[in-house]
Amino acid sequence: MGETEAADARRIATEARGRVRFEEEALGLADQVYRVARRLVGTREEAEELVQDTYIRAFRSWNSYTPGTNMRAWLLRILTNLNLDRGRKIQRTPDLQPLEEGDYFLANKLAAAEGEQALDQERVVEKLSQDNVVGALSELPHDFRDVVVLVDIGEFSYADAAQILDVPMGTVMSRLHRGRRLLKQKLAEESLA
Amino acid sequence: MSDHDPGCERCEELLQGYLDRDLAPDEVVVAEGHLDGCDYCRRRYRFEERLRRYIRVSASERMPAGLLAKLTELRDERPAL
Repeated sequence: MGETEAADARRIATEARGRVRFEEEALGLADQVYRVARRLVGTREEAEELVQDTYIRAFRSWNSYTPGTNMRAWLLRILTNLNLDRGRKIQRTPDLQPLEEGDYFLANKLAAAEGEQALDQERVVEKLSQDNVVGALSELPHDFRDVVVLVDIGEFSYADAAQILDVPMGTVMSRLHRGRRLLKQKLAEESLA
Repeated sequence: MSDHDPGCERCEELLQGYLDRDLAPDEVVVAEGHLDGCDYCRRRYRFEERLRRYIRVSASERMPAGLLAKLTELRDERPAL
């Protein structure tokens, strides 16, 4: 083997190791990626499909990932782009009037209905079911839901969410704020119905 | 607490950022200072914190069995180096 071939062989071996490391790390994040995907789409099947499409693309373009950066955010960026490409339908901006309610909306409603003790942990769980939460999230308009799911379910920072969705951080904050208020309003409607 | 402490409104504004640990240091001081002295806001702060945890836990669904194997198989479809 000549010197050039030896150098080539070393380069290929290094690259192959890098790729395997990338793949192992990406697969290790699959459950966390799925948890976010599941709340961005309507069904389990769609979520599985979306995650698989994300990994197909990630494995192909692994070289564009910079080692040492946030791989979970990198994967979610691919995923949210694919989800947009799926052509989800454009939604009307929700009625803004109820958003005049404050952040304490749900707390105030529960407290008004049942007194301050309603704000205890057990009472929250008693009043809200898992189905309420899943249902309320799924009813949020997409733009709000993306941000609420990334920050509240995926536990991404505002900055990561901004990068994933390719929007300014101020947009993340305002969508999060309005999205959470809408979510609480829906939870209040359901839990006090 | 007084029924409507003038600080409550400002505190309510800061609370979401405080819960997200995304406030500037001077805002943290304002929020914590108010929470220390206001029972009304403290109760609501605890409620919001629990509500978030509850939302996270109840909306989080584990990856279905079999998905990881499918993803692992996708590696074989990648182009050669």
